[in-house]
Amino acid sequence: MPAPVTSGTTRPASAPDAPASRPAPRRVPRPRRTTGLRRASGLLLALALLAVAVLLSLGVGAQGIDPLTVLRALWENDGSDAHAIVRDSRLPRTLVGLVVGPALGVCGALIQAYTRNPLADPGILGVNAGATFAVTMGVGFLGLSAPSAYVWLSFGGALIVTGAVTLIGLRGPGRQMPERMTLTGVAVAAVLSGVGSIIVMKNLELFNRVRFWGLGSLGGRDPEALATIAPLIAIGLILALGLAGSLNVLALGDDLGSTLGARILRTRLLSVLAVTILAGAATAIAGPIAFLGLMVPHTVRWFTGPDQRWIIPGSMILAPALLLGADVLGRIILPSGELQVSLMTALVGAPVLMLLARRRRASGL
Amino acid sequence: MPHTAPAPTSRTPAARQRARRIRAVRVSLLLLIAVGLVTSLALGTVILSPSGLWEVLLGRGSASAQKLVWEWRLPRALLAIVAGVALGVSGAIFQSLTRNPLGSPDVIGFDTGAYTGALLAMLVFGATGFVAIASGALIGGLAAAALVTVLAYRRGLQGFRFIIMGIGLAALLTALNNTILIGTGTQQARAATAWGFGSFSGLGFEQLVPLAIAVAVLIPLTALLVPGFRQLELGDDAAQALGVPIERTRLLMTAVGVALTAVVTAVAGPIAFVALVAPQINARLSGRFGLDLPGAALSGAVLLLTADIIGQRLQTSVGLITVVVGGGYFLWLLIRERRK
Repeated sequence: MPAPVTSGTTRPASAPDAPASRPAPRRVPRPRRTTGLRRASGLLLALALLAVAVLLSLGVGAQGIDPLTVLRALWENDGSDAHAIVRDSRLPRTLVGLVVGPALGVCGALIQAYTRNPLADPGILGVNAGATFAVTMGVGFLGLSAPSAYVWLSFGGALIVTGAVTLIGLRGPGRQMPERMTLTGVAVAAVLSGVGSIIVMKNLELFNRVRFWGLGSLGGRDPEALATIAPLIAIGLILALGLAGSLNVLALGDDLGSTLGARILRTRLLSVLAVTILAGAATAIAGPIAFLGLMVPHTVRWFTGPDQRWIIPGSMILAPALLLGADVLGRIILPSGELQVSLMTALVGAPVLMLLARRRRASGL
Repeated sequence: MPHTAPAPTSRTPAARQRARRIRAVRVSLLLLIAVGLVTSLALGTVILSPSGLWEVLLGRGSASAQKLVWEWRLPRALLAIVAGVALGVSGAIFQSLTRNPLGSPDVIGFDTGAYTGALLAMLVFGATGFVAIASGALIGGLAAAALVTVLAYRRGLQGFRFIIMGIGLAALLTALNNTILIGTGTQQARAATAWGFGSFSGLGFEQLVPLAIAVAVLIPLTALLVPGFRQLELGDDAAQALGVPIERTRLLMTAVGVALTAVVTAVAGPIAFVALVAPQINARLSGRFGLDLPGAALSGAVLLLTADIIGQRLQTSVGLITVVVGGGYFLWLLIRERRK
C-alpha cells in the first residue's frame, strides 16, 4: 500500500500535488478582503441558484405552471388544477429536496474533511450499504412492504452499520482512525452488498423491489416520514456548523492540532455522529442518492478554499440547488415518465465536476 | 508511514526479520494456491474422493472423470489463479499510482465502462454470444480509461485530478448503466446484472490460453517498470532528482494496469474488489506497506481461487463471493490488527 490517506501529519498523502492544508502562495497572496468578497458573492450566487431551482421545481413538469401562479398557489388555494398540482404534488417533492439536499451536501463535506480522502462520500462509512441491506432483509424475509417500513429499515440499517464501523475504527491509535474507518467502511459495505446481492439474485421479485428502491428519488415520498426525520437533519446540520472551526484545526494534523488545543477525538466522534445522522436520515427519506455528497463539497471548495466555515454552509446551499435542478431535468428528459433523481444528479453533476476539475486550479484536501 | 522498501542489502536484525516475514507470507500464499487448486479439482457437482482424484491425476480413472478434471475443472481453476494474479497486480499499481488505499482499476473508470459496453451490447444491440459481449466490455472499458487519462492529463498526470476524473466518469457511467437497466424487463435485467458481477462459469481452455499469454507478457513488463515506479513513491521531486522519467513511467504503468484488468474483464466480466483488497490484505499480512507486486499477485490468486470454489458450491457469481470473502477477511484483519 502506498502512503496512507491521512497519516496524522500535515501532508495530504492522497493528493501529493495539492497544496497542504492552506493554498500554497504560488503568487502574491491576494488581499483578505478580495477573498471574502469572492466567497460572499459565491454564496449569494448559490442562494440565487437555489431560489431558481425551487421555482422551477414547483413549476416544471408534465404540466408547466408559470411562476406567478406558483407563487399564488403557495399563498392560497383557488381550487384550480394548477394550484392542486403545486400544493399536493410539487410542494412536497420540493420540500423533500430541500431537506435531503443539505443533509447530503454537508455530510459529504464532513466526511471529506474527516478522512481527507477525495474519494470519500457519505456512503464510505457504510450508510448506503447498511440501509440497502436492511431493506433487502426486511422486504425479503419479514415480508414488509409499507413505505414507512422502508424508511425505518433503512434508517436503522444505516445507524447500526455506521456505528459498527466507528467502533472498529476506534480501536486503533487515534491518528489512524480516519484511514481505518475508511477501509473498514469499504470492507463492511462490500460484505453487506455481496450477501445482499446473493440473496437478491435468487429471488426475482425481491430483485425487482430492491433495484427500484435503490434508485433514490424525491417524488412519492412518505410525508409523515419527512416530518418525523426532518428535525434530526436539522440537529445534524447545526452540529456540522458547530464543528467547522474544529475541523479546520484538525486539518493541521494531530500534533499541531492538539498543541493548538483541538480536542481531536471529540471532534472526530462528533463528525462521525453528524455524518451518520445526516446520511442515514437522507437515505431513509429519499433512498440512496450517491453522487451529490461527493461532488458538492469539491465544487464548493474550489470557490471558497479549504476553510470549513465556508465549505459547510456553501454545501448546505449548493446541494439542494443541484438536487432540485437535477430533479426538474429528470421530469422532462424522457418523452414519458421521469428519470430518478439519483440518476440525474450523476448524469448532470459528473460532467460538471469533471469540467471544473479540468479548468480550475483544482485544489486537494 | 515508513516506506518499508525491501532491503536485501541492509543487515539490521529488524530488516532481516521483516524480510523473513515477507518470505513466510509468500510461501504460505503459494501453499494455499496449491491446496486451492487441488480442492477445486476435487469439488463440484460430482465430488471426487482424494483417492479418486489421485487416480485421475495419475492418468487412470474413468473417462468421464478424466474429462471432468482435465477439461472442465483444471482450466477453470487455472483461470481463477491467472485472473487473480492480474487483478492483484493491477490493484497494487493503481494504489501506488493514486497514492490512495482505495485505488483500483475502477478509479480510472475501467470496470464501469466495461459494464456499460457489455450492457449496450446485450440490451441495446441484443448480443448473446461470448465474443460480442466480451468485445463490448473491452471497448467500453478501454474507452472509459482512455477518456479519463486524456481528461486528467494536463502537464502531467496528477494524482488528485486523476481521481476526480475517474470518479466523475464512473458515476456518470453507473447512472447510465442504471438508466439502461431500469428500462429493461426483470428477467433480462437480472441476467445483465449477473454478468456485471463477473463469473467463470462456462469458461475453458479457449479462454484460459489467451488470458495466460496476455498476463505472461504483461507481468514482465510490469517488473521492468517497478524500479522507477518505486522511486515515484518517494515523491515527484525526489524521483526527478534520481532521474526517473516521471510522466512516462506513470503513463506506462497506467497502461499496463488497465491492460491487466482488461484481459480479465473480457474473459470473466468485471470481477469486483479483488484489485482493491488483494494489495491491502497482502500489506497487512506481510507488514510491507509499499508497492509489492508479487505479494499482491499471490493474494489476488488465493482470493479468486477460494471465491470460485465457494461460488460453485453456492451456485453464485464468483464476483459476489470475492466481495463477501475478501471484504470479510479484510475486515477481520482490520479488527485483529488493533488487538496488538
